[in-house]
Amino acid sequence: MAVSPTRTAAQGGWWNRYRADQQWEAYLFLIPSLAGFLLFVLVPVVVALVLSLYRWSLLSPAEFIGLENYRVLLTRDPVFFQVLGNTIYFTLTIVPLQLLAGLLVAVALNQAARGMSLYRLIYFMPVVTTIVAGALVFQWIFNYDFGILSAVIWGLNETTGLPIRPPDWLNDPSWARPAVVMLTLWKNVGFTMVIYLAGLQSIPQEMYDASEVDGANAWRRFWHITLPMVSPTTFFLLVIQMIGAFQLFDEAFVMTRGGPAFATSTIVYYVYVNAFEYSRFGMASTVAWVLFALIFVVTFMQTRLQGRWVHYETDG
Amino acid sequence: MKRTAEAGQAPSGADGGRLSPGARPRILLHLGLLLGGFVMLVPFLWMVSTSLKLPPEIFTYPPVWIPTEIAWSNYRRTLTALPFGRFYLNSAFVSVSSTALQVLASSLAAFAFARLRFKGRDPLFLLYLATLMIPFQVTMIPNFIIISRVLDWYDSFQALILPTSFSAFSVFLLRQFFRGLPMEMDEAARMDGATSFRIWWQVIMPLSGPALAALCIFVFLGSWNSFLWPLIVTTSTDMRTIPVGLSAFQGQYNTQWNLLMAGSVIALLPVLMVYMVGQNLFQRGITLTGMGGR
Repeated sequence: MAVSPTRTAAQGGWWNRYRADQQWEAYLFLIPSLAGFLLFVLVPVVVALVLSLYRWSLLSPAEFIGLENYRVLLTRDPVFFQVLGNTIYFTLTIVPLQLLAGLLVAVALNQAARGMSLYRLIYFMPVVTTIVAGALVFQWIFNYDFGILSAVIWGLNETTGLPIRPPDWLNDPSWARPAVVMLTLWKNVGFTMVIYLAGLQSIPQEMYDASEVDGANAWRRFWHITLPMVSPTTFFLLVIQMIGAFQLFDEAFVMTRGGPAFATSTIVYYVYVNAFEYSRFGMASTVAWVLFALIFVVTFMQTRLQGRWVHYETDG
Repeated sequence: MKRTAEAGQAPSGADGGRLSPGARPRILLHLGLLLGGFVMLVPFLWMVSTSLKLPPEIFTYPPVWIPTEIAWSNYRRTLTALPFGRFYLNSAFVSVSSTALQVLASSLAAFAFARLRFKGRDPLFLLYLATLMIPFQVTMIPNFIIISRVLDWYDSFQALILPTSFSAFSVFLLRQFFRGLPMEMDEAARMDGATSFRIWWQVIMPLSGPALAALCIFVFLGSWNSFLWPLIVTTSTDMRTIPVGLSAFQGQYNTQWNLLMAGSVIALLPVLMVYMVGQNLFQRGITLTGMGGR
């Protein structure tokens, strides 16, 4: 993670020795956290596992059905495959675009020197914005008749004579998804930018100076110094942004209600719908576990593959 | 703005031959950044602009940016249509309690994990770490059932605050930070007869200011902006937080864009104002904790 403490406390053999007088004291320190952790994390995890083996609407008695939920979900639930496809679409568009845009802005800001803090202020503003308000204003921007995006496209049509017309973004299944992508990009670019800026600022200037002496142009310096040097940052962002993208919900819920015709429904949306609209709490848990499995596998693969492209600088 | 002037003036300077060879790319750079910045700002400007319009000007083509008549009354209507004051109070109370509780409980636990020796420390910490991978949506359903059926807390402050106040992540973060502090301080304090509790409160906590501040901002912002959990555990208007209240407002006034935008401005204003003052702290908080604004 972004924390890099010096490992002073970890040194020394005493660390592993166990002293009886601190035993009970330690548990006293742990009680508040452990109680909450047990009640709201550990027990729910176990309950979620059990729940996924039941059919339960909260009103009727729960019925044990084994792995039936998983079988139905993975073999003959067309809606699940649609929301899975949507989630993958969102992840594969949002994450690369977000990393690319964040890196571009960060590199530009790193060069700009002047006005850096004002630009940073502006680009980061959407990150602290309540997503509900952001989704509302984008809903209005994407309005077919009176949204500004339509106006801009009509304006281009009139001034340049190009045969372009604005789509009915949020009511057209093929355009609602790019609309959600745009909202998410707007919301998150500031985040990747700030993380990349921190990564860029830790690259020693001498590396650039040396390559300039060797006659490398700006593009080569970017390709051969900047990109490898920020690859640990890229890896970190890739992992957490993919986890975040797999969990997309708020944007789609507020802007499109998952529609039109499930076109912007995500896996988390399907968890929500199953539990709180269809009252299928067992199935909702099953969907959540499948989401977990997906996140786990993808994250695991990323950590296994990182050796191929992530460049870790060894000090000295 | 100063920067616009700069970008605009630079080409005339280039004619005078006084600018370095890097000047042209530099101008392009600033133009690019300005354009990007404008794109980031447009939604905010459009929000404020619409919130001050009357219906005839909302539905016009081409769109009007500055309304001919500034309709402040939209804000009055929005504030009377829904109890935004109450939503603010709810959000503030929930976010402050949740942050205080989480930072307190996590720092105590992190202190034990980083600074005390006890049986079962490593397996227990590993258990905490293992749950970091599990997405919130997995525990959300059981938590909803526990809250509504077992504890009977549905639609209450406990339901909004407690389940979101315990995170393995903040324990992990603080434990990493605490381990970085020199162990000699604890030893010295113990020699002077200090109890572990005093060491936690008077030695470790004061030295962890930056980490604690970052964590506070991260937890507070997450709680303030959180949507899905408050959406499912509350039902009465009186228990709504700002995001959920705003979303309900959308359901009732779905084409009255001036009121919806006024509501959005009202919802955003306090956080954005605090952010303007402490942008570095905010950015550090989110960078250090590194999990985004979700």
